Amino acid sequence: MSRQQAWFIARARHRFAMTRECSLLLPHVCAALADPRQPGSDDTCLEKLLDWFRELTKFDPTVELVQNNPCLTEFITSVLALPEPSPSILSFTLRLAGILAASENRFQHLQQEKLLVRLFGRDGPLNSALWEDASVRSGWVEGVHSMMHHQPALHFLCDGGGIDVIFTLQGDPSLFVASAASQLLVHMLTFSVESEMTEPLSTKDCDWPACAQMIIKHIEDSLQSSSSSHIEQSLKLLTSLFGSCRATWTEVLWLGIAKQIESFLTEETVQVQHMLANLLLRIAWSPVFCDTKGSIWALVTSALEHLTPVQAGPLAVGILRIPECPQDVRIQALTVLLQPMDCILRAASQPLEYAGLLDESVSDPATVESLLSSKSSCVNLLCQTLAHLEKLLSLIRLPVDLPYMSLLRSLMTILQFCNGFLSPASPLGSTISRILINCFRVQRSALDVLAALSKQKGCDTLLGSLFDVLLAYLESPNTNPTVLKKTFQATSKWLVRLQELSCSNTQWQQTKKILEDVFLVLQKRLYSPCWEVRDSSLEFLTALINCLKDQDEFRQSLLSSEVPRLTENLLEDPESYVRASAVTAVGHLAFITCFAPESPAIGNQYNKENIVAKLQEILSTDPEGFPRRAVISIFTKWLRQGCTGQLEDTERFVSRVIQTVEHDLDWEVRLGGLELVEVFCSQTFRQLGHPKCTYAPLSSVVTSYINQNESLHVFCRAKVFSFLFQSLCDYDKPIGQRACDVLLGLRYTFYPVRTLKDSQGAEDSRAGPSIAWLQRTLRQGSMAQNFPTDGDNGVDFQDPESMLLALDIIDLEDLHDGLNKSSDHVEKSPQSLLQDILATVGTIEENEADCY
Amino acid sequence: LKLYCLSGHPTLPCNVLKFKSTTIMLDCGLDMTSTLNFLPLPLVQSPRLSKLPGWVLKDGSTFLDKELKECSGHVFVDSVPEFCLPETELLDLSTVDVILISNYHCMMALPYITEYTGFTGTVYATEPTVQIGRLLMEELVNSIERVPKAQSASMWKNKEVQRLLPTPLKDAVEVSMWRKCYTMPEVNAALSKIQLVGYSQKIELFGAVQVTPLSSGYALGSSNWIIQSHYEKVSYVSGSSLLTTHPQPMDQASLKNSDVLILTGLTQIPTANPDGMVGEFCSNLAMTVRNGGNVLVPCYPSGVIYDLLECLYQYIDSAGLSNVPFYFISPVANSSLEFSQIFAEWLCHNKQTKVYLPEPPFPHAELIQTNKLKHYPSIHGDFSNDFKQPCVVFTGHPSLRFGDVVHFMELWGKSSLNTVIFTEPDFSYLDALAPYQPLAMKCVYCPIDTRLNFIQVSKLLKEVQPLHVVCPEQYTQPPPTQSHRTDLMVDCQPPPMSYRRAEVLTLPYKRRYEKIEIMPDLADSLVPLEIKPGISLATVSAVLHTKDNKHVLQLPPKPPQPPASKKRKRVSDDVPECKPLKPLLSGSIPVDQFVQTLEKHGFSDVKVEDTAKGHIVLLQEAETLIQIEEDSTHIICDNDEPLRVKLRDLVLKFLQKF
Repeated sequence: MSRQQAWFIARARHRFAMTRECSLLLPHVCAALADPRQPGSDDTCLEKLLDWFRELTKFDPTVELVQNNPCLTEFITSVLALPEPSPSILSFTLRLAGILAASENRFQHLQQEKLLVRLFGRDGPLNSALWEDASVRSGWVEGVHSMMHHQPALHFLCDGGGIDVIFTLQGDPSLFVASAASQLLVHMLTFSVESEMTEPLSTKDCDWPACAQMIIKHIEDSLQSSSSSHIEQSLKLLTSLFGSCRATWTEVLWLGIAKQIESFLTEETVQVQHMLANLLLRIAWSPVFCDTKGSIWALVTSALEHLTPVQAGPLAVGILRIPECPQDVRIQALTVLLQPMDCILRAASQPLEYAGLLDESVSDPATVESLLSSKSSCVNLLCQTLAHLEKLLSLIRLPVDLPYMSLLRSLMTILQFCNGFLSPASPLGSTISRILINCFRVQRSALDVLAALSKQKGCDTLLGSLFDVLLAYLESPNTNPTVLKKTFQATSKWLVRLQELSCSNTQWQQTKKILEDVFLVLQKRLYSPCWEVRDSSLEFLTALINCLKDQDEFRQSLLSSEVPRLTENLLEDPESYVRASAVTAVGHLAFITCFAPESPAIGNQYNKENIVAKLQEILSTDPEGFPRRAVISIFTKWLRQGCTGQLEDTERFVSRVIQTVEHDLDWEVRLGGLELVEVFCSQTFRQLGHPKCTYAPLSSVVTSYINQNESLHVFCRAKVFSFLFQSLCDYDKPIGQRACDVLLGLRYTFYPVRTLKDSQGAEDSRAGPSIAWLQRTLRQGSMAQNFPTDGDNGVDFQDPESMLLALDIIDLEDLHDGLNKSSDHVEKSPQSLLQDILATVGTIEENEADCY
Repeated sequence: LKLYCLSGHPTLPCNVLKFKSTTIMLDCGLDMTSTLNFLPLPLVQSPRLSKLPGWVLKDGSTFLDKELKECSGHVFVDSVPEFCLPETELLDLSTVDVILISNYHCMMALPYITEYTGFTGTVYATEPTVQIGRLLMEELVNSIERVPKAQSASMWKNKEVQRLLPTPLKDAVEVSMWRKCYTMPEVNAALSKIQLVGYSQKIELFGAVQVTPLSSGYALGSSNWIIQSHYEKVSYVSGSSLLTTHPQPMDQASLKNSDVLILTGLTQIPTANPDGMVGEFCSNLAMTVRNGGNVLVPCYPSGVIYDLLECLYQYIDSAGLSNVPFYFISPVANSSLEFSQIFAEWLCHNKQTKVYLPEPPFPHAELIQTNKLKHYPSIHGDFSNDFKQPCVVFTGHPSLRFGDVVHFMELWGKSSLNTVIFTEPDFSYLDALAPYQPLAMKCVYCPIDTRLNFIQVSKLLKEVQPLHVVCPEQYTQPPPTQSHRTDLMVDCQPPPMSYRRAEVLTLPYKRRYEKIEIMPDLADSLVPLEIKPGISLATVSAVLHTKDNKHVLQLPPKPPQPPASKKRKRVSDDVPECKPLKPLLSGSIPVDQFVQTLEKHGFSDVKVEDTAKGHIVLLQEAETLIQIEEDSTHIICDNDEPLRVKLRDLVLKFLQKF
C-alpha cells in the first residue's frame, strides 16, 4: 500500500469512525428497533442506518465495532428471539448482519455467537413463515452478498447448503429477489475462482474450486434441462457474468457450454432465443475470447440468421460497433438492420425502379415482409429499426459504409406513407401504407434518422425531393406538434447541408427557392394558435441563425421575409415560454440585423438601440421568469461575442443590467446577472491588460497601484462590487456561491501572490469601520437581511480603494467553504439520524404514559 | 324491413324506412350543390356580372345566350338558384307516417316534403334543431327573396338541349326535379308540423315501434335515432362527432345490440384534422390582417362559427389582433348568437356548468360586449356606417351564390391583400369561386368538419357491434381522387350494404318474433307439463285479438248455450267455434322396442326397412304398413279398423300426451 493510500484510508477511518455521541445513542436505537411494540419503523431511516454501517465498516475490518458496541449483537439476538418479528425488521437484521460479517474478523466474532447460522442457516428465517415475505428473502440475499468477501463466508454458505437456496431464488416470483440472486451467483462464482485458484485454468484441465464447481454444474444442468425458465435463468446469469467479468477463465467456462447455447438457436421446443442476442453481444465484446473469436463470429452469424428481425436488431447494431468485427458478419448485421428499409423501398416503387438497399442474394425478405404487413408488428419493427439506425448514424466514427442514398429514399418513402401522400405500387405497399397513415411514432423515429443522416455525404441528388417531403410536413395542418418539432430539427440540419453545397449557380437558385418556402411556412407557423407550435418555430429560427448566420443567401432570404418582424411581435406573446423563445430568437437575429459588419439598410426597425431597449424593458417588467432569464442570457451572449460596443458603452450597458437584475425575484435571473458580470470582468481585463504582479499586495504601494488600475475603476463605476457583495448574502445559495467565485477570481487577479495568514476571524488592522462592518455582515450570510448598498453603513462600493482593501481583507475562502456546505449537513449526520429514530420511539412512550 | 334511398348525398340524407307497419322518413336533407351552376345573386348591381357574355353553341346558335352566361371558361345559368330535391317518385310520400330529423342541416328540404306531397304525419326533432333550422331556412329564403330576379331560365333543362351543354351542366342529374326556393309561409307551415322531443325520450309510433333520439355530439340538439320494436332494433347514425366541441357528447352506448345500423353523415374531408384546420384558419387570418388585408369567411349562421369565435376569442390577443373588427352579417345573426346561449341543457358539460356561475356558455358574448365582434342583419344600414378595414367578415352563404358574401367577393376580390377562407365543407371551393374568376384575392381552404372520420367509425362499429351496417355507396370505396387511400372507407365485418339515390334496399334482417300478451284469466287456465327437465309445455286455446299493432290472447268464448228460443242465431254474433281438443303428442318411437312390442302382441312376421326419412315396419301377414318418420306416423291397412286402432294404441304407448 502506498503512503498516499494509507493516508487516505486512515483519514477515511477517522472520518467514518463512530463518534462518542453516536455510540451512546446506538444501544437505545437498537433496543427500540427490536421492540415488537414498535409499529414498523420508517424504511428510509433503516436504509440510512444501513448506509451508515456500510461507511463505518468500509475502511475498518477490525472487530472493534462489534466488540465496543455489544448492543449490535444483542439486537440481532433479540430479533431472532422474537416469536413474530416484523418482516422489515427481520430484513434489516439480515442485511445488517451481512454488512458486519463482511470482514473476516467480525465474521468469526458473529460465528462464535452462532448468529450467522441462526440468520442464514437452515433453521433461520429460511424455514419460517416469514420467508413468504419478499422483503425477507431480499434481505437474506443482500446479507449474503455483503458478507461474501472472504473465504470463510464462501465456505459457510456452500457447506451449509445455502447455495441451493440461491439457486431456487433465481426463479423467485419477486423480480428484485430473482435478479439479486442471479447477481449474487455471479459474484460468488467470480470470487470463488479468483480467490481460490492458484493456477490459471486451461480448457483441458478445468479443476474449478468447490463453490465455482457447484455453480457451473448448476448452470450446465439448467442449460440441458427442458424447462425454459431454468434455461432463461442460466442465460441471464451468464449474460451478467460475461458483461462484468473479463478474466481469462470465463473463456474456459464458455467453451464448456458453447455447443449447448448454439443449439438454442435452432431448438424449437424451448423458446429462449430472445435471451441470446444480449448474451452473444457481451461475449463478442469481451476481450478474453481472442483465441476463439472465429467460433464466436460463426455463432453470431448463425444468430443473425435464426433470430427474428426484432430479436436480431439489438445484436446487429451492437456488433457493428465492435471494431474487430469481420467484414462478412458486418454485412450480415447490416442486412438485418436494412432489410425492413429495403422492403419499404421495394413495396413503394415499381419493379426495377430503384435498386433497393440490399443485394437480393443476401436477403430473404419473406419474414420481414410478413412482419411489415401485420398491423401489430409493422410499427414496432420499423420504430426499432429506425432507432438502431439512428444510434448507428450518431456514432462519431461509423464502422461501416451505409447505402446512404437508398436509406434516404426509404426514409422519405416511410414519411410519405405516413402522411398518405404516396400511392404504393404493390399490394404489400398498400398494406403498409394503410398501417402507417398518421402513425406519429414512426414519423418521429424516421425524422430522427433523417436528421442524423444529414451529416453523411452522398445524398445530394435527392435534396430537392427531400425538401418536398419536409415542406409537406411543415405545411400540413395535420402534422402533430411533436412531429412538427422533429421536422423542424431535421429541416435545420438539412438546410445546413444544403448551404454547404450551394456553390454553383443552379444550386444557389434551388437553395434560394427552398429557403423562401421554408420562411413562408415558418411565417404561418409563427401565427399558429397553438403556443407549442409558435415556440418550436422560434426555436427552429434560432437554430437556423446559429448555424447559418454567416451565409449570404440565408441572410438575404431571411431579411426579405416577414419572419423578423413577426418574431419581434412575438416578444409580446401572452404565453411566457413563447416570449422567452422570441427573446432568444430576436437576440440571435440581432447578429444579422445589427451586429453584422455589413448590416442591411432596412430602416429603423432593426436599430440596435431599439432592440436593446425592448429587451431591457422585458427584463425589468415581464411578470414571468422565463422571458427575463432569456434576456439576461442573450445579453451575456452579446457581451461574450463583443457586440455591446466600446468599453464605455459596455460599462454603461452592464451597469444598467446589473441595476435591473439585482432585485429580480427569480434567482436564475440574478445568477444570469452574475454570469454577465463575470464575462464583463474578464473582457475588461483582456482589453485593459491584467494588473501587474509587481503592484501586488504591499500596502504601501496600493494607492499608487489603484490609480493606475483602470479596470478597478471600471468595475466600481459599473456597480459590480455592490452587486457581488450583496449577492454573497443572497437567500438562494447558488447566487452566493457564484458571487463568491467571481470575487475570488477578482481577488486572484488583483492579488496574484498571497501570504497565508491566520483567517480565524481576527480583524485586519487596516480595515476601517466600514469594511469591518462588511466583514461582520458577510459572516452572517443570508441572515443579513436587506443588505444596504446605499452607503448608509459607510461602505462605498464605488470607491476603488475600499474595494481593493475589501478584496484583500475579507476571508473569501472561508465564505466559499461555508457556502459550499450543503444546507442539510447538520441533518444528514448519523447522530441526527439516530436521534430521529429515537424521537419516533419517544412519542410511543409518551402515548403509553398517557394510557395510565 | 325496406329502405328507400331518396338522396344521393351522403351528408344530406333522405331515406325512408318501412319497418313493421310504419313508414318512417329519416332526415330530409336538401342538396344545394346544384346552386353552384347558377350565377351569383349580387345585392347591388354588379357591372362585371351583368356584362358577362351569353353562351354560344359550337355551331354559333345563340338561343341560350339569355339563359347561360360564360365566365372564365365556365358556363352558368343566369336565373334564380334552384335546389335538387330528394326523390319524390320512388314511393308515395303521402304514406310517410313520421319524419325524424337528426340535425338542422338535414331538414332543409322539409317544406318541399310536407307542403307538396300530401304528407299528413308528424315530424320529430329536438328544440335546438327546430330553432336553428328555422334560422337557416329564414336566412336562405331571405337571401334569395331580397334579390328578385326578373327572368327564370328553363330552356336549358330540356333534355335535348342539356346534351349540348358543357360540363358540369351536361352531367347535372335530375335537372327537371330542381326547384326554386320555398317561401316563408311554407317554412312556417312545415315547422308547425314538428313535435319537439328530448334526448332519450321514447316515442311510440302506432304501438308498433318506438323511436328515441340520442345525442350525436355534432351540433346543438343533433341526434341519432333508435327505432325499435320488441325484438328488432335499427339505429340511424347521422352527423355524429366524438370531438369535444360545444354540443353534448355523443351517446354511443345506446347504439349497442342493433340489428341494423344505418350510417350516414360522416366527415366530408376525412384527411383533414379539424384541430389542424382551426390552426390553419387562425394563422391565415392573422397573416392577412397583419398585412393590411381583409378576411372573408363564408359560413352558415350557426354551428362551426361558434367554435371558431371561441377559438378566436383566445387567439386575438396572442396574434395582436385586438383592434381588428370582426363582423358577423346575417339576417339571423343576432338570433343565432343569442339562441346559442340559451340552450344550456344541450351543451357539453363544461359549458353547462358555466350557466350556474352564472356566465354565458359561449365567450362570443364577451366579444360582443367588448365591441370586438359586431353583428348586423345585412350590409345595409348600420353596418355601412361602422365598417372599418382591415376587418374579418363572417357571412353566408358558403356556396357564394347568394347572401351578403356575394357583395364582399365583388368588393375584395380584386386585391391580393385580401383572403377568403373556406371553413364549411359542403361546397367545393374551386367551384364556388368559379364565377368570380379571375380573382386576385387569396383563397384558403380550411374545411372544418367535426363529423366522424373512418378511424372513429371503425372504433364505433367495433364497440357497438351491429349485425348489419348500411351506408351510402361513397363510404364503401376510397375517395375518387385518392384511390390509394383504402383507409378512407368503412371497414367492418360483414361488409356494409351500400345504397345510392333512388334505390330500394331490402335489409338483410328477417323479423322472426312478435310479442303477444296473455290475459291473466287465460294464463290461469294453463297447465304446463314438464316434457324435459326445465322445459314445460302447455297447449293454449285462445282468441288472438289484434288492435293498434298490439296482440292479445284472450280466453275463448264459452261454448254457445243451447238457444233459449228457436230463433235463428244471427250470423254476425257468431264466434269462432271451439272444437274439443285432441291431446298433442311428442316423443319418438324407438323402432327396435316397437318391433318387440308388436311381437309380444302376436305379430310374428315383422320386417323393418330403413328409408331416407325413417323406417317402414311391414306386417306381411296382415298386409299392413307402418311408416315411421321424424314428424309423422302413418298406419296403412286395408279397411281393418280394429287392427288400425290396435296398432295406433301400440304406437301411442311410446309417445307422451298433453
